[in-house]
Amino acid sequence: MGWRLTLRPYLLIVPALLLTCGILYPFGLGLYYTLFDFSASTPQPDMVRFENYATVFTQEAFWNSAWVTVLYAVGAAATETVLGVAVALLLHRSSLVGRILEKILILPLMIAPVIAAIMWKLMLQPSVGVVNHLLKPFGLGGVQWTDTPTGALLSSIAVDVWVYTPFVAILALAGLRSLPTSPFEAAAVDGAGWWYTFRRLTLPMLWPYVLVAVIFRFMDSLKVFDIIYALTEGGPGDSTVVLQIRAYLEAIRFQRYSFGISYTVVLWAVVYLAAMVLVKRLGKIQRKAAEVK
Amino acid sequence: MTYRKSLLGWLADAALILYFVFALFPIAWMVILSLKPTNQLFSTYFSFSPTLDGYRAVLGGSEGVPFVRFFINSLVVSVGAVALSLVVGLPAAYASARYRFKGSDNLMFTLLSFRFAPELTVIIPLFVLYQKLGLFDTYVGMVWVLQLVTLPLIVWIMRSYFADLTPELEQAALLDGYTRKQAFFRVALPLVKPGIAAVSLLAFIFAWNNFVFPLILTSSEAQTVTVGALSFLGGDRPKYNLTAAAALVSVVPPLLLALTIQRYLVRGLSFGAVKS
Repeated sequence: MGWRLTLRPYLLIVPALLLTCGILYPFGLGLYYTLFDFSASTPQPDMVRFENYATVFTQEAFWNSAWVTVLYAVGAAATETVLGVAVALLLHRSSLVGRILEKILILPLMIAPVIAAIMWKLMLQPSVGVVNHLLKPFGLGGVQWTDTPTGALLSSIAVDVWVYTPFVAILALAGLRSLPTSPFEAAAVDGAGWWYTFRRLTLPMLWPYVLVAVIFRFMDSLKVFDIIYALTEGGPGDSTVVLQIRAYLEAIRFQRYSFGISYTVVLWAVVYLAAMVLVKRLGKIQRKAAEVK
Repeated sequence: MTYRKSLLGWLADAALILYFVFALFPIAWMVILSLKPTNQLFSTYFSFSPTLDGYRAVLGGSEGVPFVRFFINSLVVSVGAVALSLVVGLPAAYASARYRFKGSDNLMFTLLSFRFAPELTVIIPLFVLYQKLGLFDTYVGMVWVLQLVTLPLIVWIMRSYFADLTPELEQAALLDGYTRKQAFFRVALPLVKPGIAAVSLLAFIFAWNNFVFPLILTSSEAQTVTVGALSFLGGDRPKYNLTAAAALVSVVPPLLLALTIQRYLVRGLSFGAVKS
């Protein structure tokens, strides 16, 4: 760049730095709180070191929540990936129908997840909801969508899929449109079949784009809150109490602040580890895709 | 890929239409529900005499829910959050794209790593802190905490836009006797204007759609539509038509804005990881 090193870059980022510190402070404060037994009933909290974390890991409730969270995240991210890539491939064929529909692809993604959950809640009511009404001709008029443990988890994943599939589809479509054309032309000349082209060319080159989407979706669904809160509030029983809902109940409902934050710190560590692993994979896959090109 | 009217082509179109029925039906159903009179809520599904009573009730503050006020609150805190992020974020994005300085990558990564943090890690301490500082249930408190959503997005995306600009243009301006400040304001900024507009709108949408911050950090004065929309679901006789009307009113702004920034969405949604 060849510019003289001055104070300028530092001056330019000072405001952002201050603001970042203003956000970092409550984070630090939160971490600090987890070392105390701070709650509404203990205004003079005592230092308990890592006792909160020890309690978290020995609680059955934590392991249940962790399990539910992982099920939710894997279920949502996997479904969205498959469905999103399929939608992108179909739109990429660019038929007239596809061109019209592409314009409205993003609508669900721009609706607040909590509002989407409210919509589905109204639709999934067992007795008066429209979904069961539409299923009646198929002899399925009485499905207890959100009132059974399995049904509640599947319903919440369905809402996640409804909101976020366009996200994967948009990124995958951008990837498809930026692929080089020459390998495909060569394959066509060689008389390669559709399946072969897809397996050997499209998929390996598309993977880096799709994986970026998968990483974002997996991270965010590990942290899901809005959808569960509005759809099931963690019920029935504790069948959909994901980690952030558990933290909310502990900290806000029962006012055990320290304990609630401890839950989120554990979740943060999990998300971070998952991010590290996935980003490493992304690097590998990007190198592979470069070879195909 | 040329498009031929083959059997496969028809099947592909049919599959697409199937997905879009799934994607659009809930929105259509909300429109139907919101137009139903209360006495026909549970008696019929698709045949009813449409009325705007649901909307009148929601906007008129029935059930003791000041929905219009929540709507204005959502506007104020979202615009405020985006404005603050732009003022501090644009210089930072420019500096990190143009200068290599100690810690710039670290700072950027710190900003990005906020995306990995569960919201409640910061909100629970803020809930305690805000009550001490008198920021609980205020605009200022909401604008501040929304920086978690808007600032990383704006800095990260604008950094990639600035990095795409060739530095020659600014250097030429400097040779013409511009100061660095003028080069930034008169050369660099105008060139990334479309990017700024798009990322601001996207940040606005994310701020508007946020739920967990206002749920915990506001109670009535600064409550937003995302929390307010839940108020009609309570009680032993849930007001489905009011809930649907409230839900629709609260998705209008983000949907309208989203349609205007479609071209820029890819970069924004993927935090610049995928360039459109």
